[in-house]
Amino acid sequence: MKSKKLWSWLALAFGALYFALPLLGTLEFSLRARRGVYSLDAYRSVLADPQFRETFSYSVVMAIFTILVGALIVVPTAYWVRLKLPHWRPVVEFITLLPLVIPPIVIVFGYIRLYNTSSILPLTGTTTGTNLLLMLGYATLSLPYMYRAVDTGLRTIDVGTLTEAAQSLGAGWSTILARVILPNVLVAVLSGAFITFAIVIGEFVLASLLNRPAFGPYMQLTGANKAYEPAALAVIAFSITWICMGLIQLVTRFSKHTNAKR
Amino acid sequence: MQSRKLPLTWVGMVPFTLFALLFLIAPTMYIVVGAFRTSDGGFTLSNLVNLFQPTILASYWISIKISLATALVGCLIGFALAAAVTLGGLPNWLRGPVMTFSGVASNFAGVPLAFAFLATLGRLGLVTVLLKSWFGFNIYTHGFNLLSFFGLTITYLFFQIPLMVLIITPALDGLKREWKEAASILGATGFQYWRIVALPILWPSLLGTLALLFANSFGAVATAYALTGSSMSIVPIMLYAQIRGDVLQDPHLGYALAFGMIVITGLANLAYVWLRVRSERWMR
Amino acid sequence: MASLEIEHLEKSFGANRVVKDFNLSIEEGEFISLLGPSGCGKTTVLRMVAGFESPSGGAIRIGGQDVTHLGANQRNIGMVFQAYALFPNLTVAQNVGFGLRVAKRPRAEIKARVTEMLELIGLPDLGNRYPFQLSGGQQQRVALARALAIQPRVLLLDEPLSALDAKIRVSLREEIRDIQRRLGITTIFVTHDQEEALSISDRVVVMNGGVAEQIGAPFEIYNQPKTRFVAQFVGTLNALEAEVADPARGALRVGNTEVILSEPVTAGQGTPVTLAARPEVLALGRREGNDTVFTGRIVETHFLGSILRVRMEVEGQLIALDTFNRPGNPPPKVGTEAEVSVASRDLLVLAD
Ligand SMILES: Nc1ncnc2c1ncn2[C@@H]1O[C@H](COP(=O)(O)OP(=O)(O)OP(=O)(O)O)[C@@H](O)[C@H]1O
Ligand SMILES: [Mg+2]
Repeated sequence: MKSKKLWSWLALAFGALYFALPLLGTLEFSLRARRGVYSLDAYRSVLADPQFRETFSYSVVMAIFTILVGALIVVPTAYWVRLKLPHWRPVVEFITLLPLVIPPIVIVFGYIRLYNTSSILPLTGTTTGTNLLLMLGYATLSLPYMYRAVDTGLRTIDVGTLTEAAQSLGAGWSTILARVILPNVLVAVLSGAFITFAIVIGEFVLASLLNRPAFGPYMQLTGANKAYEPAALAVIAFSITWICMGLIQLVTRFSKHTNAKR
Repeated sequence: MQSRKLPLTWVGMVPFTLFALLFLIAPTMYIVVGAFRTSDGGFTLSNLVNLFQPTILASYWISIKISLATALVGCLIGFALAAAVTLGGLPNWLRGPVMTFSGVASNFAGVPLAFAFLATLGRLGLVTVLLKSWFGFNIYTHGFNLLSFFGLTITYLFFQIPLMVLIITPALDGLKREWKEAASILGATGFQYWRIVALPILWPSLLGTLALLFANSFGAVATAYALTGSSMSIVPIMLYAQIRGDVLQDPHLGYALAFGMIVITGLANLAYVWLRVRSERWMR
Repeated sequence: MASLEIEHLEKSFGANRVVKDFNLSIEEGEFISLLGPSGCGKTTVLRMVAGFESPSGGAIRIGGQDVTHLGANQRNIGMVFQAYALFPNLTVAQNVGFGLRVAKRPRAEIKARVTEMLELIGLPDLGNRYPFQLSGGQQQRVALARALAIQPRVLLLDEPLSALDAKIRVSLREEIRDIQRRLGITTIFVTHDQEEALSISDRVVVMNGGVAEQIGAPFEIYNQPKTRFVAQFVGTLNALEAEVADPARGALRVGNTEVILSEPVTAGQGTPVTLAARPEVLALGRREGNDTVFTGRIVETHFLGSILRVRMEVEGQLIALDTFNRPGNPPPKVGTEAEVSVASRDLLVLAD
């Protein structure tokens, strides 16, 4: 009994050390920009860089669109599968898990070949087209997370009864989805949304290979050319991830209080 | 049958199907088919045969080694951490923070992760410097290099371990206290309980996580690229360079390279499915 | 020598004293029930005997050996859990053989013993099934077989029947008792169902708030409850507010009716006391040997098949009485006047 507890503490301490050191190291390194003293110079230089602002806002906008499009595809589908096509579920689940198995670099390679200027759907030919392609690629990458979150959310509500109740009051499909189902799975959608946000903000491969000025490639470029700024960027990226996860926690906790015991 | 009775039910699946086809299935199939085609469209196996050249084989091999190592070690350490938090008799309040942190760290991959490890274990990194100034121990003169198999493994573990913790904790929670008690009152030691009862029950989850962790690190480009540039020739980086047009010059070899990646992650997952079916006879 | 002795057992969770000075001595082959309301500490006592919780004080001896600080896996005890707790990844046969397997017994011995056990519980053909392919009742039998396979010194059962439906509950409890008798194994059975406890136990321990209020044979517990709690918890009880009229004669007054008890009372004149009687000792109308008679009004009748339960108002207080159904005696009409009689030796005076 006693020794079990000791081992547990040891394991935890080891974990804490392994995970704390890189974070501490990064923080410390990001403050070293000025010789001999700790300073915020690296951050100042990052924030003053117009490219930082451009790429960052580009990625934020991308993330927002990705979330919207992802939710628009996933919520009705998950709802429909639960309501009408339960025997499709294994298939749909399998497809949504594929992005975890097929490496993103392979997927984007396919995009580049399939949607190049000489194809039927020359998305990469225009900036808007490429942006669209990138956004849909992000939606693909976040599909496993979004679908799982929404599906779990749907499990806690009785989809069939809610739908019938709404139909008996004369609601059409779009009304049911927007006014009945969505509010009920909003929490799930939000937690999927924050993960999507965290993924999109730092994503490198897709943006880089599609040649879009996103935050990920910018960070990579900074890393290749500067000394202390990369560490500052890592701290910023890490904080963003933290904030996203914190928001997920907050939202789920909030929802537990409001609709406990369904 | 269903669709004849309710001819419109399938309409609800159109957006998703279209999306999955256009942006997931078709691109992948395009690559797969391309791997078997010559540049003028005929069928060939020579692209695949071309994979069997020493540099490419070596890069597959090192990719597989890194992925296996990070998946196995990540599983082991992640399992130990999850077990410590769920079953190890640690205070209950620890759980929430550990889970939240795992959520963060498992998503903290890519370029910034590389920066973090450079700032820590790079030549000027915090740990490197501290070890040198406190103990006079220079890890770089003792064979350590962040831009190596070992360095990359250590770095990847930063997202592999938390992913394992996230996935395996619910499975550990599913172990009923009564099973442990029933085993021990029947005379089993803790070790026997784990060997005969707990591990077999966890086996499917463990295998699934292993396959997932493997694929996760096998396809990762950003961390390695930001860490090593193109100096570390693992498959995804080779493919990345190929797509950017830096090397190889033969797009069909690129298809073959990508196809090889799909085959390997696919095999890992097939192995998982097969083992899982075998080990789950006792489940509904 | 007693088979299992529990002396001054104590358990606290933090500041919460859950088991208080619990003493119990069980003879070889005896079947003991722990009976009490939810949260009274039954499970906690059982888990301390099993070795899952360590006592805050006191001692537990099995066959004279002090096991208080022995690990659960060294006590050689069999235990059956409320939720079966079968290992889901092992077949029925593997479950039953688990104890012998971890004790590294030879394969042939395990096989023989498993067959024997499966026959004992009446499921000889189900050895190759997995637990999920069994009904609840079958699972619990397998759990029993698994516990018995190691030939334990003591068998512990923690509400083994409460997850089953009513019919199986009755048949399985008879079966458990039957098997227990055949093997002659010392058994502690935890339940909060008094009928269960009374029907199959050699002795019953009635617990309340971590204390053993009374230990005795079912007949004794039911008919001579030592405390008000025991009287009220076990069986249905009519309680009538009364007042001591004449201590020496054993006379009490309930409203306007005088009741003469078979013994003098100790309390002084005018002291309020509670007079208690089981529904089945009360009779509708006068009957030979019933020396106390009340008059009252019929409030309700419930026809329960073999039994007719009548609620009456007597001296401004409600009582219930049970009579056996007889085809020639239809239930009395609600609202009519009636007499109730009882033998004074069947009355209990409850101290508070
Ligand atoms: N591990 C524990 N930590 C703190 N308190 C506990 C613990 N286990 C039990 N208790 C408390 O001890 C008291 C007795 O619990 P116990 O489980 O023994 O009751 P019980 O008689 O078995 O009830 P039931 O009929 O509901 O099973 C309860 O008040 C319970 O809350
Ligand atoms: Mg209990």
